[in-house]
Amino acid sequence: MSYIIDRRLNGKKKSTVNRQRFLRRYKAHIKKAVGEAMNSRSITDLGKGEKISIPTRDLNEPIFSNGRGGHMEQVLPGNKEFVTGDRIPRPGQGQGQGSGGSGASDSGEGMDEFAFQISQDEFLEFMFEGLELPNMVKRKLAGNDAFHVVRAGICNEGTPGRLNVVRSMRAANARRIALSGGKRRNLKLLEQELLAEEEKDPALRDQRRLEELRAKIEDLRARVGRIPFLDDFDLKYNLLVKQPRPSSKAVMFCLMDVSGSMNQATKDMAKRFFLLLYLFLQRSYEYTEIVFIRHHTSAKEVDEQEFFYSRETGGTIVSSALKMMRNIMRERYPASEWNIYGAQASDGDNWNDDSSTCHKILIDDIMPHVQYYSYVEITPRDHQALWDEYQSVAAVFPEHFAMEQIIDIGDIYPVFRQLFTQKVAA
Amino acid sequence: MLDTALTNKQPISTTSEWTFELIQEYDREIALLAKEFGLDTYPNQIEVISSEQMMDAYSSVGMPVGYNHWSFGKQFISVENNYQRGRMGLAYEIVINSNPCIAYLMEENTMTMQALVIAHACYGHNSFFKGNYLFRTWTDASSIIDYLLFAKNYIARCEERYGVDEVEALLDSCHALMNYGVDRYKRPYPISAHEEERRQKEREEYRQRQLNDLWRTIPKLGSGEEEAAVHRFPNEPQENLLYFIEKNAPLLENWQRELIRIVRKMAQYFYPQRQTQVMNEGWATFWHYTLLNELHAQGKVTDGFMMEFLSSHTSVIYQPPYDSPYYNGINPYALGFSIFTDLRRICENPTDEDRAWFPDIAGSNWKETLQFAMRDFKDESFILQFLSPKVMRDMKLFCISDDDREKEIEVGAIHNEDGYRELRAKLAGQYNLGNREPNIQVYSVDTRGDRSITLHHTQHQRRPLGKDTLEVLKHLHRLWGFDVHLHSLNGDEITASYHCPEQGRDRSELEESMLVPKPI
Repeated sequence: MSYIIDRRLNGKKKSTVNRQRFLRRYKAHIKKAVGEAMNSRSITDLGKGEKISIPTRDLNEPIFSNGRGGHMEQVLPGNKEFVTGDRIPRPGQGQGQGSGGSGASDSGEGMDEFAFQISQDEFLEFMFEGLELPNMVKRKLAGNDAFHVVRAGICNEGTPGRLNVVRSMRAANARRIALSGGKRRNLKLLEQELLAEEEKDPALRDQRRLEELRAKIEDLRARVGRIPFLDDFDLKYNLLVKQPRPSSKAVMFCLMDVSGSMNQATKDMAKRFFLLLYLFLQRSYEYTEIVFIRHHTSAKEVDEQEFFYSRETGGTIVSSALKMMRNIMRERYPASEWNIYGAQASDGDNWNDDSSTCHKILIDDIMPHVQYYSYVEITPRDHQALWDEYQSVAAVFPEHFAMEQIIDIGDIYPVFRQLFTQKVAA
Repeated sequence: MLDTALTNKQPISTTSEWTFELIQEYDREIALLAKEFGLDTYPNQIEVISSEQMMDAYSSVGMPVGYNHWSFGKQFISVENNYQRGRMGLAYEIVINSNPCIAYLMEENTMTMQALVIAHACYGHNSFFKGNYLFRTWTDASSIIDYLLFAKNYIARCEERYGVDEVEALLDSCHALMNYGVDRYKRPYPISAHEEERRQKEREEYRQRQLNDLWRTIPKLGSGEEEAAVHRFPNEPQENLLYFIEKNAPLLENWQRELIRIVRKMAQYFYPQRQTQVMNEGWATFWHYTLLNELHAQGKVTDGFMMEFLSSHTSVIYQPPYDSPYYNGINPYALGFSIFTDLRRICENPTDEDRAWFPDIAGSNWKETLQFAMRDFKDESFILQFLSPKVMRDMKLFCISDDDREKEIEVGAIHNEDGYRELRAKLAGQYNLGNREPNIQVYSVDTRGDRSITLHHTQHQRRPLGKDTLEVLKHLHRLWGFDVHLHSLNGDEITASYHCPEQGRDRSELEESMLVPKPI
């Protein structure tokens, strides 16, 4: 007799744990591949999965085996021309031992690398591993924050709708036991006595004693009966409390210099940096918005396409962009509801007297409201006034302001990691 | 009577779509035939699964439950990769040596393939598992699933207590020595998983006492130095390395010994499979061929069914010649199938040659002879007994000998009158696990000195050890906890020595700690 079972609906992912173990073990390799992918990929598919290759020798599970050499005999099928005693030259290096095609590496599918695909989630996981959004929690929770309601145990007062029946009955039961314990014990004794009395021979019964007992029993029963089944103070209610919920919305301001000094390559680097930041924010917040502000002598809020691709040049006044950011923050993104992140990319060029204006706007209007502000300067040249001014901002807000210099495309990912590396709990 | 005869002529199915009813129907018909042919099987549990589940099953060596380890994940990823790229088809079936015998059918298969798998796995392999002496001796079909579950849970508990990394490192080391965790001559007797758990607790206490005794460092009063020198531990060389380590390694914790034991048990469970590949596959292939042809003869399957069946049957038993780019060793399906088929022919239509070569078998009852051949042999002895000259001729087998002292390779015996016997012996030798794996045994342990362990490798025809040897020694070192030495011997002469940690030059402590896995 055979049993036929349909298992198709059973779990498919039996190997998931083993797969994760595998990824965990080869973390170093995968991280390296992810880092390289970050720099070589086109921007639009930065967040996709990735093919990972690991050299086979690193994956090897060694066992004792026979090596080459010594005397070997082998039986092979498909003889066409050989007779006993024939001598054949030994096939070339790296081949099997005279077995023609049995060599491993001549079929063109040599497995020097163990290649496999990781999913987008896994890719991002590795990409952002160990990184932390600075100051994730809002610094202060303002009054008009969203609330959510959580259970907080049991209380004695509440609306009927929140009555906890089980706890109420339990309390009532406890009260009844406490109040009637002694009486019921007496009652039991009296009842036993009554029974003993009644079983006696009718002639020997003490009629008066009987009546006395009956009266007492009656009385006790009545008193036990008077204890209420459910009393007011038995009632228990579920307690719900409101907790303010930190905002899970984030807005990211991308500020970029599009003046004549920024060429397409520099813009591309800036874009990669912004993109990384965006992917990162997306993983940390339920809802993320982006505001693109580009500027030369005047700033303009634009959409993504225009931000990265439109060609418009001019001089450079950085403060125009900062002013615009400040205004947009005031109008649309109150700091009480939004987690605000700023990211600015520039080549460091600015009108000389404008840099101090930037400093002032940042210190007074922007930094107090944002969670984090990062500035990357994409230039191989020496720093100019803007860098110095920003450094003094960083000195005032060391926790919330970061700046780094990027020279070529390979720096972006390391710089990003450096900016957001998880700080060991201070 | 007439009615049944008529309905019997109806084919069971005419399309390639399968349904559960049809599977049941085919299974019933095949079971009837199998019984007529005298196949004795465990009850069958046929499970229909999807291709993803098949990949899962694949990567856990076919076991329905298994402990977690990265190497299974690697296996899974490579199977998944190859399958998605279409480089590899999945096997049509996986069958587990358990009672009841579990066989997987893949949902993508056609009805014909399902019937083929039922005949192959549920009646072919199944009867082999139940009948062959190695399986009867070494594995306990009724308790394996329970044991796997016990092992999985135990290892999961260890991971919780001691950390995934610790457990993983230990399993890595055990896996490296897995082939040396097998008892070849002693017969274990099966116990239930529950019993296993109870005993595991007993062992913990017992072991600790034993060890303390072995590694006692306080000198006994009056025992002379010479006495100690004469006494070698172990008295006899030990071939079961994992067992030796489990019982004698000085520093292992109890849970670590228990893990070694689990790996050892798994190795033991798979040991018969490694020794009967040709027979097992040949037997199952022979029976699916015989059973389905019989169904066809009875008119229960259509000609179209047979065409599809034969097409996949022939590709399974195809043996590419040695110089083909597809050549990848001798195909066990082809060899086994040829031998069993020829055995039947020898019984039914013997020629003079057969009478000379197989006087006992020629003309005997083929069903009994095949049963005998299946029950009492393993690959090596099976080939030595039953490989007939006709099969050698058909497969055009020949032998080459490659000696590193010679410039050229020499062709030895070929498929002619002079060569048959030698060829057969050589081929049988190829299936001797002892020849395929280097023979490595524990030779001695320095119990009074630095606690180092010394292994001896006895060379087979002067063949040296492979390039992974040092890597494996590192694993051995991790388990043993003290120095490990391995000498490779040709006769009595040591031709190579391996040491872990490596000897010969001084190294800084830091370097050392990086090169050698930390002893647990």
